[in-house]
Amino acid sequence: MAEATGIKDILKPENLVYNKTKIMTDNVLSYCPGCGHGTAHRILAEIIGEEGLQSQTIGVSPVGCSVLLYNYLDIDWQEAAHGRAPAVATAIKRLLPDKFVFTYQGDGDLAAIGTAETIHSCNRGENILIIFINNGIYGMTGGQMAPTTISGMKTSTSPYGRDVKLMGNPLKITDIVATLPGTYYVTRQSVHTPANVRKTKKAMRKAVQYQKLNKGTCFIEIVSNCPSGWKMTPVLSNKWMEENMFPFYPLGDIKVPEEKSAQ
Amino acid sequence: MTEEIIIAGFGGQGVLSMGKIMAYSGVMQDMEVSWMPSYGPEMRGGTANVIVIISSERISSPIIKHFDTGIILNQQSLDKFESSVKPGGVLIYDSNGITRHPERKDITIYRVDAAEEAGKMNSPKTFNMIVLGGFLKVKPIIKMENVIKGLKKSLPERYHNLIPMNEKALQKGLEIVKKV
Amino acid sequence: MEKELRLMKGNEAVAEAAIRAGADGYFGYPITPQSEILEYLMEASPWKTTGMVVLQAESEIAAINMVYGGAACGKKVLTTSSSPGISLKQEGITYIAGAELPCLIVNVVRGGPGLGTIQPAQSDYFQAVKGGGHGDYHLIVLAPASVQEMADFVGLGFDLAFKYRNPAMILSDGAIGQMMEKVWLSPQQERSKSVPAWATTGKPSTRKRNIITSLDLDPNAQEVFNQKLIAKYNEIKEKEVRYEELRCDDAEYLFVAYGTSARVCMKSVQLARAQGIKVGLLRPITLYPYPSKRLNQLADRVKVMISVEMSAGQMIEDVLLSVNGKVPVHHFGRMGGIVTNPEEVVENLKSKIIGG
Repeated sequence: MAEATGIKDILKPENLVYNKTKIMTDNVLSYCPGCGHGTAHRILAEIIGEEGLQSQTIGVSPVGCSVLLYNYLDIDWQEAAHGRAPAVATAIKRLLPDKFVFTYQGDGDLAAIGTAETIHSCNRGENILIIFINNGIYGMTGGQMAPTTISGMKTSTSPYGRDVKLMGNPLKITDIVATLPGTYYVTRQSVHTPANVRKTKKAMRKAVQYQKLNKGTCFIEIVSNCPSGWKMTPVLSNKWMEENMFPFYPLGDIKVPEEKSAQ
Repeated sequence: MTEEIIIAGFGGQGVLSMGKIMAYSGVMQDMEVSWMPSYGPEMRGGTANVIVIISSERISSPIIKHFDTGIILNQQSLDKFESSVKPGGVLIYDSNGITRHPERKDITIYRVDAAEEAGKMNSPKTFNMIVLGGFLKVKPIIKMENVIKGLKKSLPERYHNLIPMNEKALQKGLEIVKKV
Repeated sequence: MEKELRLMKGNEAVAEAAIRAGADGYFGYPITPQSEILEYLMEASPWKTTGMVVLQAESEIAAINMVYGGAACGKKVLTTSSSPGISLKQEGITYIAGAELPCLIVNVVRGGPGLGTIQPAQSDYFQAVKGGGHGDYHLIVLAPASVQEMADFVGLGFDLAFKYRNPAMILSDGAIGQMMEKVWLSPQQERSKSVPAWATTGKPSTRKRNIITSLDLDPNAQEVFNQKLIAKYNEIKEKEVRYEELRCDDAEYLFVAYGTSARVCMKSVQLARAQGIKVGLLRPITLYPYPSKRLNQLADRVKVMISVEMSAGQMIEDVLLSVNGKVPVHHFGRMGGIVTNPEEVVENLKSKIIGG
């Protein structure tokens, strides 16, 4: 019976509803099952492909789980030191102002060690896109507390839960950068449901347009899960994210261009 | 020919700029020059000094301990640098505010009362040019025409209207400098 | 086009030479005694003329990472700082070396450790020539001894950096940065329009994507890369050694000194020779690669070498390695921002070495 409906019978053009984007390489992703990084990569790849930006794009990858991001998208890449991606991107964009320049950073990279670079690039209004993956944990190094770890959340360096009196408060860096005059478009999204994927993609497309118009820094936070670091199944991690992360990091636009200037 | 000079005084007396004009004048005369300032917080209101070397040959060390000429513009600098003038060398000083005058017998000492003269001329900012005039009288190592060229080079163009006044001050220095 | 004569501070000469060398970008952060470089560039506003980008960064760390980003685009970029700031840049510098990016870093050294003093020193020698940051790497290190060389080594540094895809450093000090001398400036060079094949400028369909990284998780591949670096450094050692000799022919005593100390020693040689002491000076111009072969040859002829440096004795280790026990090597120097003077150097030679 299995042979009757083999995989080759299913893989026919007329059955194809979903394809690999051209911009994604054939390299196998290094992420854990259920992780949001792969989806975020895919959205970014789709946007670059659809906007015809492959020959115009320079990406800056971070230190963190997505350190090997440069293996997955078929564009020119620079691998930055931990936290320094916005400084690296600043120089790229200033020296090659016609190119599309973005950074892709995790919460430890962007909101802890790279706080100064993040704030100052946004404050200068560098005409770049910053994609910020917030999963509330240091994933690559094995699940330590991050600047974004919410109160009470257990990690390997807050094994009894984050005690904000002892360990400080989680940092809403996205809300901070939204107050800076240099940022043009600041939004918080997620990629855990098809509807949210569509919203995130829309946000990225806007950011591409704004960069073409030299509007200033665009900043997209993606609140994401970390099944391994959180020690949950993918399904449970998404549920936990909705119930615990979203109340603290509510989804939606934080700073949108005024109608007139957005033209 | 090599002339090794130290100029020392208060910050704000135009010590560094006098040295710069001197060095630029040397350049205008096709000489080798170096201008080595003291730098840092002591310049802000405290003492300032600069070593200027003008030579017909490649200059070796821009930092030296003994000088052919010391141009001394306050008491602290006199106390510090009187002994640094080479035997047989020259010390030029302004007596304004000096309570202990130079005492060495093995050097030639000149006085140029530039502060007083600048006051009379009602242009305190030309003080350092009067001193420079005095130096050029004692050590005519650079032609006056090259000094004027040096002055033009070291002053931003927007101040070039001040050049005649500075020329006058140089002349005044030539006149009033006197051997002690 | 003819060269132009100016009287300039060493710091100003670096700035002007960078514009004239056709640099694409400068990224810096103020620190004494080298802030004149950024000040000069801001006043000159080269973005209006040559198109050179000048940016005051939020930190030395950001500045060196901007250099990384610019260099990875194949651009001629530089940063400048002084000792404490250069320590902050070390992370970026090792990444630049690991990613094999060409760039120019200028260190106008002041005394340390820590916040130290703002006065001139040569106490960053180890940091400059032995690596500085983590991992096995070297910078090409040029040691100017005059304002003219401050200007000339900007162009030379860029040339060597691009020739070898390796960061180059100008190791200067507060004295050379702050002093004024005559300098002949080269005519304005056009900014380069050519793009190196490895540069990240956007992937056209005609080539594979370019990736600038210093990461290799496979130890075998990492070791192959380390070996490639060693081969490059060996080539640099073979071809790029530069030094100057003064009265070495009949010298019984040899000063070895670079930068400001070398200038002091030039006068010391004159003073000592006037007293009948046969002294010479070898001035390394490249500190990495070091003129080891030449020193080893001179060790066959001189009685003693004296490493004169404004430090507790750092370069002396390279002199010792160079002569490999053939002659005794002494150190003489002042620290803490104090520049030694010619008389003191001669006095030390007479009392501690000849008499001692």
